[in-house]
Amino acid sequence: MARMKFLCDAERCIECNACVTACKNEHEVPWGVNRRRVVTIQDGKPGERSISVACMHCSDAPCMAVCPVDCFYQTEQGVVLHSKDLCIGCGYCFYACPFGAPQYPQAGNYGSRGKMDKCTFCAGGPEDDMSSLEFQKYGRNRLAEGKLPICAEMCSTKALLAGDGDQVSNIFRERIVARGFGSGAWGWGTAYSIKG
Amino acid sequence: MLRKKTSGVARGPLSSSFIGKAAETVVDRRAFLRGSGLAIGGLATAAALVGSNVTPAHAVGAGAAVEIKKSVCTHCSVGCTVVAEVQNGVWTGQEPGWDSPINLGAHCAKGASVRETASGERRLKYPMKLTGGKWVRMSWDDAINEIGDQMLDIREKSGPDSVYWLGSAKHSNEQAYLFRKFYAYWGTNNGDHQARICHSTTVAGVANTWGYGAMTNSYNDMHNSKAIFIIGGNPAEAHPVSLMHVLKAKEQNNAPVIVCDPRFTRTAAHADEYVRFRPGSDVALIWGIMWHIFDNKWEDKEFIRQRVYGMEDVVAEVKKWDPAETERVTGVPGEQLKRVAKIMANNRPGTFVWCMGGTQHTNGNNNTRAYCALQLALGNMGTAGGGANIFRGHCNVQGATDFCVLSHSLPGYYGLSAGAWKHWARVWDEDIDWLKGRFDSIKGKDGKSKSLMNMKGIPVSRWIDGVLEDKDNIDQPDNLRAMVFWGHAPNSQTRLKEMKTAMEKLDLMVVIDPYPTVSAVLSDRTDGVYLLPATTQFETYGSVTASNRSLQWREKIIEPSFDSLPDHTIIYKFAKKFGFADRMFRKIKVTNDEPYVEDVTREFNGGMWTIGYTGQSPERIKAHMANQHVFDRTTLQAVGGELDGEYYGLPWPCWGTAEMGHPGTPLLYDTSKPVAEGGLCFRARFGVEHEGNNLLAEGSYPVGSEIKDGYPEFTMGMLKKLGWDGDLTADERSAIEKVAGDKTNWKVDLSGGIQRVAIKHGCAPFGNAKARVKVWTFPDPIPLHREPLYTSRRDLVADYPTYSDRKLYRLPTLYKSIQDVDHTAAYPMILTSGRLVEYEGGGDETRSNPWLAELQQDMFVEMNPFDANGKNIRNGDMVWVKTPEGAQIKVMAQVTERVARGVAFLPFHFGGHLEGKDLRSKYPEGSDPYVLGESANTAFTYGYDSVTLMQESKCSLCTIERV
Repeated sequence: MARMKFLCDAERCIECNACVTACKNEHEVPWGVNRRRVVTIQDGKPGERSISVACMHCSDAPCMAVCPVDCFYQTEQGVVLHSKDLCIGCGYCFYACPFGAPQYPQAGNYGSRGKMDKCTFCAGGPEDDMSSLEFQKYGRNRLAEGKLPICAEMCSTKALLAGDGDQVSNIFRERIVARGFGSGAWGWGTAYSIKG
Repeated sequence: MLRKKTSGVARGPLSSSFIGKAAETVVDRRAFLRGSGLAIGGLATAAALVGSNVTPAHAVGAGAAVEIKKSVCTHCSVGCTVVAEVQNGVWTGQEPGWDSPINLGAHCAKGASVRETASGERRLKYPMKLTGGKWVRMSWDDAINEIGDQMLDIREKSGPDSVYWLGSAKHSNEQAYLFRKFYAYWGTNNGDHQARICHSTTVAGVANTWGYGAMTNSYNDMHNSKAIFIIGGNPAEAHPVSLMHVLKAKEQNNAPVIVCDPRFTRTAAHADEYVRFRPGSDVALIWGIMWHIFDNKWEDKEFIRQRVYGMEDVVAEVKKWDPAETERVTGVPGEQLKRVAKIMANNRPGTFVWCMGGTQHTNGNNNTRAYCALQLALGNMGTAGGGANIFRGHCNVQGATDFCVLSHSLPGYYGLSAGAWKHWARVWDEDIDWLKGRFDSIKGKDGKSKSLMNMKGIPVSRWIDGVLEDKDNIDQPDNLRAMVFWGHAPNSQTRLKEMKTAMEKLDLMVVIDPYPTVSAVLSDRTDGVYLLPATTQFETYGSVTASNRSLQWREKIIEPSFDSLPDHTIIYKFAKKFGFADRMFRKIKVTNDEPYVEDVTREFNGGMWTIGYTGQSPERIKAHMANQHVFDRTTLQAVGGELDGEYYGLPWPCWGTAEMGHPGTPLLYDTSKPVAEGGLCFRARFGVEHEGNNLLAEGSYPVGSEIKDGYPEFTMGMLKKLGWDGDLTADERSAIEKVAGDKTNWKVDLSGGIQRVAIKHGCAPFGNAKARVKVWTFPDPIPLHREPLYTSRRDLVADYPTYSDRKLYRLPTLYKSIQDVDHTAAYPMILTSGRLVEYEGGGDETRSNPWLAELQQDMFVEMNPFDANGKNIRNGDMVWVKTPEGAQIKVMAQVTERVARGVAFLPFHFGGHLEGKDLRSKYPEGSDPYVLGESANTAFTYGYDSVTLMQESKCSLCTIERV
């Protein structure tokens, strides 16, 4: 069984925000809630890099560990999902999450935040696959339709990869080899700084 | 632990309010959901959201069959395929277009949210007119009649040239062609579109160098590049999907990426070498690089000998640009430029990319020709991986340029000469004398009457001067009195305050657009403005030309929303009102006032011989769209199947008739392939000799050519001399005979016979010549560095002065008299402008898209911490940016090292604020974009290119003060 993973290749991400609007468009995520966001470090300086961040669907997910009402569950493919019926909007998962993934529709403390919303890896929620209830609460269930997350599928530079962790690693590994190997003269870029 | 539930549970708490009332005639996904109480909107709902916030329509419309429609993104020129899911006539979802060889499923923020454009709530919904300061709804018939009557009255009193027809790079090819034909039938050359303020200096510079004014290679071909040189372009934001191809070359070929830009852009962040130089010093920078190339003898001598004319004059000019002088003018150290030169010399073929940073200058045509000279010196032209990859801006700016929605040419760059008019009259089956009668005339200096038919019209960059200038100074009978903005954002043009005055002086203003645009709110008019809702390209169909010259076919995704009509229908309605519809559409079927698009394609197929828009029949383009998966993703060539050997989208020139089956030309001037298979040489456009020197190619020719040397362009007489006229069919021969006998050339032969026979013998119909780096017909034959009009470097003005004042395109144009005044004491900083990834053009469409608007909510100015600290300005403070012509804009300060000390940067997509005043209340109700802001061009100043009147919007002066 595949283990679903995201990978954002910082050498390729150009902060075009396609992943953000593709997600919003696919799931009708409202203004103010961002399941996915692009973060830029060293903005405007040499070394500037951007990465697209959403729920990473961790193996040992901290959100699951801290949730007081146990609203999270992990699918057999490793996707971390939650039930908006059980969620009390306490915000613990937000503090536990290393990626800042959980989003709340309202500002405020505890229950006044509303139901937590986050990236579902385009895999819906506890309701029946592709049912209208599932759509209303969690968005489209692309995995059930045999498709992968729309953010990665539409990424402008193929920086954001999503899918079976083994395949994602293989694609990334090929790029690493190409970057290191160059035009056949292994290590020249690294050794002599100027290409060619 | 919780597991998947098998039955539905009670819904969570629901509440929602949505902004704007969607009109009755449109059903968007949100309106679809209204009954469920789950719909969500934009800003107004941000505070009232609940957990159950996701609401795709097909949940509601469960069971409705999903229909897939293919279109092409309407933002930049990359040409990304949009795959739409449609249910019950509602556009409910978007899937990646994996099969497209151009974008391979990818999109940027704009492309991933185009669905919102087609069914957005903030669209202009009905025809409206401004009456007593209020927008009043009206019917289409009343609108056309009222506007038409007023125009006919202006025509009667002031002549046809007093109405200005401003077209659009957003039109499809068919609409652009009809639009150009329309204002020819109206009887004026006062028509233009955004290409003027986008790449006009490229088209003029490049076409005058090697024949055609377009991107020579393709986005995909950059996979073959060994080096990538980008100047004055920020494709990571302006053409994000192109970076997929750039980064592939960077990774797989180890190709160094060099970015030259005054601003450390998001593209620069991915460069191996970032060259920061002073805005407006492009020519100096390029000559500074070439100084090292010539100094080290890195130029390609054999290529230059065979295929370039005038290089020795460039060498002489470049000698002046030693490292010291280059650094004095550009600010770039010689060591870095030597490294850049070496990288380019050692990594051939390298490609050269430029955009608006190079073109929008008073000497923009010099910049573009200097870029060409560098590529020619390196021998990088006409080869896979090399080329001048000029990224165009709008989705169909290439097509609209090719159809010459311009003030100086007929479709296909035929120009405005008597011969050009005769050619098109022949294509249109039109009586040339009737056409002549439509035009006004003026008295020339010699006292003779001259028809305005053959004189360039006023370009879009100067329409305001056509209104404001004293009419005695303009070469036409009267001032402009009516403006038609047919798909144009006025805030994309400089001198907005003067534009406001001009708008107020007009008798009549008509805006035809899916959005009201800034035109609706900028002026203080209370009457005489009409807004007519046009559809987006997703609500109609037709062909569109991507930057790489490939044509793609858009399907209609949904029926027109609200009361909107496709542009070609609106053109027909006006033609009918003016009484020439039967003439203009005599070869085109019309149903319910809508011209049949395929008939329009076939009509231009019959006339666009110069640039080979003749082989792309609607059937062929559609077949490519339907079989995208068979095309190779690097060469763009179909492998196997019925399309075997053809290039994706039949990139022009696609010679001859569709029946001839030419595969399109993927790379211009590539001699490694026969012409019949997409090969080419440089065009013989400038005669056969200059000052006694041979201009034809020497010993270089496309593979398979029966003439093993240079040759002039083909005529019937030449075919006879070569003894090849026997290959013509009887029909071709009689068609040629009818035009001009032996003098008939490859451009005006309506049978395509001359092209067919030339290609049969391996020759290019347009001849085989050298490229020229010396354009003796331009103000600066060899490109020269000239200081900007508003320069911060007064010390350089004496050495590198601008041009003298002169008259261009009917209007007085200032250079020296502006540069002579020193403004640097009050305005010490350099002001430049550029794009953001989330928005496009004037931004009315994208700022009305909530998904995009959310990402960029404030207009800002980027300034260096050094300058900010000096003025006690902190990041996020509101500041006034003031410029020398007396304008000021109130924007947010973004303090960043992205810009150098002494340089400020403005994004140009905002509108709806004017000098601190919010104009939101002036939009028709419910049609105001989510995000408004000051327009960069309120601040931008005077300055126009010396050949094309391109506006200067990359280099001015300013001062910044805290509010």
